[in-house]
Amino acid sequence: MKRLLVFFILATALAGHTAIAGNLGPEIPKATGKPHPEGNLWMRINHPKMLLHDRNLTMRQGDRDIEFSLKGCVSCHAVKGADGQPVGYDDPKYFCRVCHDYAAVKVDCFMCHNSKPEEKTQAFLSPRKAPDSNELAAYLNKTGKETGQ
Amino acid sequence: MKLPALKFSKKPSEMDRRDFLRAGAALATITLAPGVTLMAFGGSEAKANADPAKRWGLLIDVNKCVKDCTACVSACSQENGWRLPVNKETDAQWIRKVTLTDNDTGREEYLVTMCQHCEEPPCVDVCPTGASFKRVDGIVLVDKHICIGCRYCMMACPYKARSFVHENIVDEQKTWAPRGKGTVESCTMCVHRVDTGRIPACVEACNATGHGAIIFGDLKDPESEISKALAKYPSTALRDDLGLNPGVRYSNL
Ligand code: SF4
Ligand code: SF4
Repeated sequence: MKRLLVFFILATALAGHTAIAGNLGPEIPKATGKPHPEGNLWMRINHPKMLLHDRNLTMRQGDRDIEFSLKGCVSCHAVKGADGQPVGYDDPKYFCRVCHDYAAVKVDCFMCHNSKPEEKTQAFLSPRKAPDSNELAAYLNKTGKETGQ
Repeated sequence: MKLPALKFSKKPSEMDRRDFLRAGAALATITLAPGVTLMAFGGSEAKANADPAKRWGLLIDVNKCVKDCTACVSACSQENGWRLPVNKETDAQWIRKVTLTDNDTGREEYLVTMCQHCEEPPCVDVCPTGASFKRVDGIVLVDKHICIGCRYCMMACPYKARSFVHENIVDEQKTWAPRGKGTVESCTMCVHRVDTGRIPACVEACNATGHGAIIFGDLKDPESEISKALAKYPSTALRDDLGLNPGVRYSNL
């Protein structure tokens, strides 16, 4: 719970950073593709849970068409370097690193996963209808139980 | 020869799950075990491609495997993003070509070995974290998210099928085959392909050479090519005496 609170405070700070004098927050790179129907603040708080939950769907159940895949994140949130090619996790401009470096939270994903997008993944992402708040609450409740958080 | 697991059996719990999915709930759920469910939201159904009514297997015809051909090994390396061993002591090897020589007559036989996708996998028995697991369709995998790299499974596997990743891998992995330092890996039977209705890369490559030494298919389906071949010709499992009932079988060995 304490962890969740920290996330929330951080996410709120990130969301409101432009309003803060002196722009203390990180500069979050713009993504391509459709915005998250749940809203950015919601994604900032809940993305670790979604990834943790949905990775098990693929790993254990063989579901290859999940909503929250790392492949999906990496595809829309690719940041281009000076050469016009997407940068990898080793570059501080990398999407995940911008906030994670700021918050000093380590990302383990790219020890095994490729941090660069695969070309054909854009097609794989289809726009979704926004789930209502009851659906979201039920989903989070369930994922929390399953992942023990 | 032990074949009980090849028989088709549909568990009642499985039917319940299918019926539930058909009902089309906004929050589709999958029953894993009593009290544990996985679900997807936004009206999309969770699509579990791992089907307990199937058991995937391979049948390797040793007579058709040719001396200097390594098409399947190269195909696996390319498909799954591991380099063909340069540093033989430590580099990962998901599939290898083996030559058997009869000491008395000098006759040679060639075959390939990989994870045998045991029905009773010792690698799963010994894993302290649950990372080494068997899917409901018989494919044995390592969940690298929870593998601690203890290598117990490598010790337990009688087929030397598993490798440990000793070196850092940076952005060389295929998106469908994550690999990383400090974890153990082995043949996945190209699970990413199987889940999308394709055949493993080694089988495709072997067919492309015209040798056609490997058949892939569902061992529980009596009408599949592999089941028909198993029913018609003699075959064996490697170290059949261990009673692990592998999903990979060999004919003309
Ligand atoms: S061959 Fe080895 S790694 Fe594969 S399932 Fe059997 S014991 Fe496990
Ligand atoms: S190395 Fe990983 S998969 Fe193998 S036994 Fe240890 S934790 Fe399990």
